[in-house]
Amino acid sequence: MTDTTSKTVGVTELSEADGAVGKGSSGLRKLLVYGILIVFAVIYIYPFIIQFVTSLKTNTDAVDNPLRLIPNPFDTAAWSRLRDTQFPRWFMNSVIVTLTVTTFRVLFASMAGYALARLKFRGRDAVFTGLLAVMAVPGIVLLIPKFLVLNDLGIYNSYWALILPLVVDAAGVFIMRQFFLQISISVEEAARIDGAGPFQTFWYIVLPMAKPALITVTILSFQGSWNELGHYVIAVQDPDLFPLTRGVAGLTSGQLGSGSQFPITMAAGLLMTIPTAIVFVFFQRYFTQGANVGAEKG
Amino acid sequence: MATVTLDKVSKVYENGFHAIHDLDLNIADQEFLVLVGPSGCGKSTALRMIAGLETISGGEMKIGDRVVNDVEPKDRDIAMVFQNYALYPHMTVYDNIGFALKLAKVPKDEIDKRVRQASKILELDANLDRKPGQLSGGQRQRVAMGRAIVRQPAAFLMDEPLSNLDAKLRVQMRAEIAALQRELAVTTVYVTHDQIEAMTMGDRVAVLKAGYLQQVDTPQNLYDRPDNVFVAAFIGSPSMNLYEATLDWNNDGGTVHLGDQDLALDAEMLAKRPALRNHDKVIIGIRPEDFEDAALVDKDTTGKQLRSNVRLIEALGSELLVHFDINARTADSGDPDAVDEGEGAANAVARFSPRSQARMKQDITIAVGTESMHFFDTSTREAIWD
Repeated sequence: MTDTTSKTVGVTELSEADGAVGKGSSGLRKLLVYGILIVFAVIYIYPFIIQFVTSLKTNTDAVDNPLRLIPNPFDTAAWSRLRDTQFPRWFMNSVIVTLTVTTFRVLFASMAGYALARLKFRGRDAVFTGLLAVMAVPGIVLLIPKFLVLNDLGIYNSYWALILPLVVDAAGVFIMRQFFLQISISVEEAARIDGAGPFQTFWYIVLPMAKPALITVTILSFQGSWNELGHYVIAVQDPDLFPLTRGVAGLTSGQLGSGSQFPITMAAGLLMTIPTAIVFVFFQRYFTQGANVGAEKG
Repeated sequence: MATVTLDKVSKVYENGFHAIHDLDLNIADQEFLVLVGPSGCGKSTALRMIAGLETISGGEMKIGDRVVNDVEPKDRDIAMVFQNYALYPHMTVYDNIGFALKLAKVPKDEIDKRVRQASKILELDANLDRKPGQLSGGQRQRVAMGRAIVRQPAAFLMDEPLSNLDAKLRVQMRAEIAALQRELAVTTVYVTHDQIEAMTMGDRVAVLKAGYLQQVDTPQNLYDRPDNVFVAAFIGSPSMNLYEATLDWNNDGGTVHLGDQDLALDAEMLAKRPALRNHDKVIIGIRPEDFEDAALVDKDTTGKQLRSNVRLIEALGSELLVHFDINARTADSGDPDAVDEGEGAANAVARFSPRSQARMKQDITIAVGTESMHFFDTSTREAIWD
């Protein structure tokens, strides 16, 4: 009896000791992993911190001490000057263009993707091949033809010119098509037997099932149109119609191009980054998940 | 409630593949008909043609008195249960079941009444607010059933609805679906590749092979009187043992020469199959239960015995499956799904009483119930009866 008890105690002690060793090594590993993560996080966040701090410096301080984290003197002049430019107007233009483009891109990409994935019509494969071909053409090559078309349509230098060419996007259609191909065909057949027509099947059944792909297309569209520059350069020339990228690009090459006006440039850059950062942080989980889902073929 | 009639229905795909050849089926009102066959036999295609999910290349299809060849699935008054259930994952159980009624613009209170009625029958009441992802396989299967019964259709079409369930649940659901069909008295066409499912559920079973209908009959008739070698081998588990053999005749009866052993045939048995006298070479079929350990048989089985050596014994408690060799050429059943056990595997399976003392690698004497033997023509592979 005594023997058994002592054996049991022995085993318990041994396992506890093992546990302690295990805990110790896993704790150390955790510390190491977190250490590396913190280093990378700092490397990534540091430019934004410098950007913010520089926006609160004077021009001279920004040139003399570009990496110092405490402004001396503390100066909000850059932010006041920015308010006096057309920056707020450009910001609103960007919001209008981005929201409109994103809404229509998601709608058209999902409808076209579904048609290419499921509806049977003559020339479907040819359309899909054309879509792939369009994706292979670099956007920069299309700038001059786009300008000529906008001009011919008589919509140059208008909101239409900013929005219309961006509302359909081959990559979005491709992502949606690939996702729809993964959805079990029998779910759609069940809907057909239940009495749903093609549009009802799409709207009530397929679209809600495609949430990850929709989120992916939403993020890509939002980022794409918010950060777009080339198209906005050829679409408008009236500063009142400029979206942010176009306006700020104009500022840095014109009004702000002379001398070392880093604080105001940094303030403008920071404001431009915030919306995409918010969208990215908000949808980050879906973005990584959605990108994989969209890339996989069923 | 309706009859379902297929009159020389055929299906040829765009690539020229002929999936169904002149299929004739008359399914009576309230009947439970099972379409069974190996993979690629066209059973699911036939069901999908009844549903309207596949076009019909030739022939005529009727549900009730109406020709439905060109009628949309939603207008055929049928409901279908799919192999993978095909539930709408973003909708609750309640919405899944009620979706068809919602599309049909049935008033909300009527939808509510019918959904709750269906869910009560299927014991889904507690799960109405859940989504399919939160349900077990069995519950999902019930939701798929609920979606079908809530519509009160003229016919149920079921495409291997139990194949995704584990063995135990499958047996349970098999009984439940059969009972439900009888309770609701709705004409049902049920597709399966599992012949046990077919035999236990169907009022009648239609056996298909490579797009051709082989035989339609009650489960017992299919088992007792298969029309050809394929049906004989396909129906029954373990399969019927099939061998090439020769026959000799005398005044008292005949003899089957099975490899280097002989089996006597009674005059009485031959009288039931007069056409046998026109054959000297045949394929014979012996069901595993028509073999028995000779030591356990009371009556005289002289001349109706085979000698062999036991290769393998599977003790199932209620019976022993005894594998042994017969020195005769086996006949191909034509079942593409049949497992080729390869060189060296035993070519006969017997179902012995558990009282048998048969042991591995020991010689054994096997009594053969020759009165239940099946005979098939070697060239047409059709059964020889009259």
